[in-house]
Amino acid sequence: MRQLFTTILILPAFLLLLAALAADRWVSLQDDGLHDPANPAIKILQQPAEALSVLQPDGAGNGVNWVTALQLGEIDPRSSIENEIQQEMLELDVIMTDTLPLPYVIFSHRPHVEWMTCDLCHESVFVSKIGENPMNMGNILNGEYCGVCHGAVSFPLTECNRCHSVKPENINIAPSSGAIVERDPL
Amino acid sequence: MKKSIKGGVCLAIIFFVPAGFSLAEYADVIMNNRAEREGVSPVIYPHWFHRIRYQCSVCHVQLDIEMKAGKNDITMESIISGQYCGACHNGEIAWSPENCDLCHSGKPGLETGVKGGHSTLGPGIF
Repeated sequence: MRQLFTTILILPAFLLLLAALAADRWVSLQDDGLHDPANPAIKILQQPAEALSVLQPDGAGNGVNWVTALQLGEIDPRSSIENEIQQEMLELDVIMTDTLPLPYVIFSHRPHVEWMTCDLCHESVFVSKIGENPMNMGNILNGEYCGVCHGAVSFPLTECNRCHSVKPENINIAPSSGAIVERDPL
Repeated sequence: MKKSIKGGVCLAIIFFVPAGFSLAEYADVIMNNRAEREGVSPVIYPHWFHRIRYQCSVCHVQLDIEMKAGKNDITMESIISGQYCGACHNGEIAWSPENCDLCHSGKPGLETGVKGGHSTLGPGIF
């Protein structure tokens, strides 16, 4: 009897919680635990759901696939406050093979260059020399190298397969430890 | 009896644990190195709002804002003189600095840092 009672209580509560989470993918500012609901500005600030629900959906981060949203022209972020900067596209992929047993990492410059100029990463975060950046998941999780942005503002580090995306058997590169190969885009 | 205790614990977890977490939007930045010490509420900076309008380099290269929460010594003097946030928040491009509440909108006691990222609930917690 008690068991039945507990089940009757828990099940609807759990379903309610799931429903609440699904409906509120973007929590309103007054409920996010950060904004002060007593602040009069809360009525003026834009709510995340209003801006983000109309962009390319994604399962992680802001719930928006920012790269696709930009490529589809859903957003058009300016490159400068006044005059637009003409940034040259760099079609260069870097493949990192010292990742076994996980798939190789393929770093594509293109989606990055669409968001930023070269000097954001080079030379302060990454030196422009193959093999000279000793990154690993330890220092990335600690907010260095890729982790300066990924895990803080770009897609989070729980999205392993977005970077670890090339199986060794599908690409003609020897899994020599530490080797990094530059090539034209796939 | 044991079962109802278990049920109670489950209910407690379902209802109270989520309330303990912040449900901040991914990449919200709290700035509170100075704010509360100087008598105003912490600042909440939403990356999502700004990245719709500006590319990363605008702030992080052109405006010299370092990509590390808490590392930028942003003061109201610097903003009013057109540095950092003040490059846009000048009453022409975006709201002017007199609108204190719009930026200083956080609850008391928030710690400086990035919310929703590796420094909070992500795997980077270790």
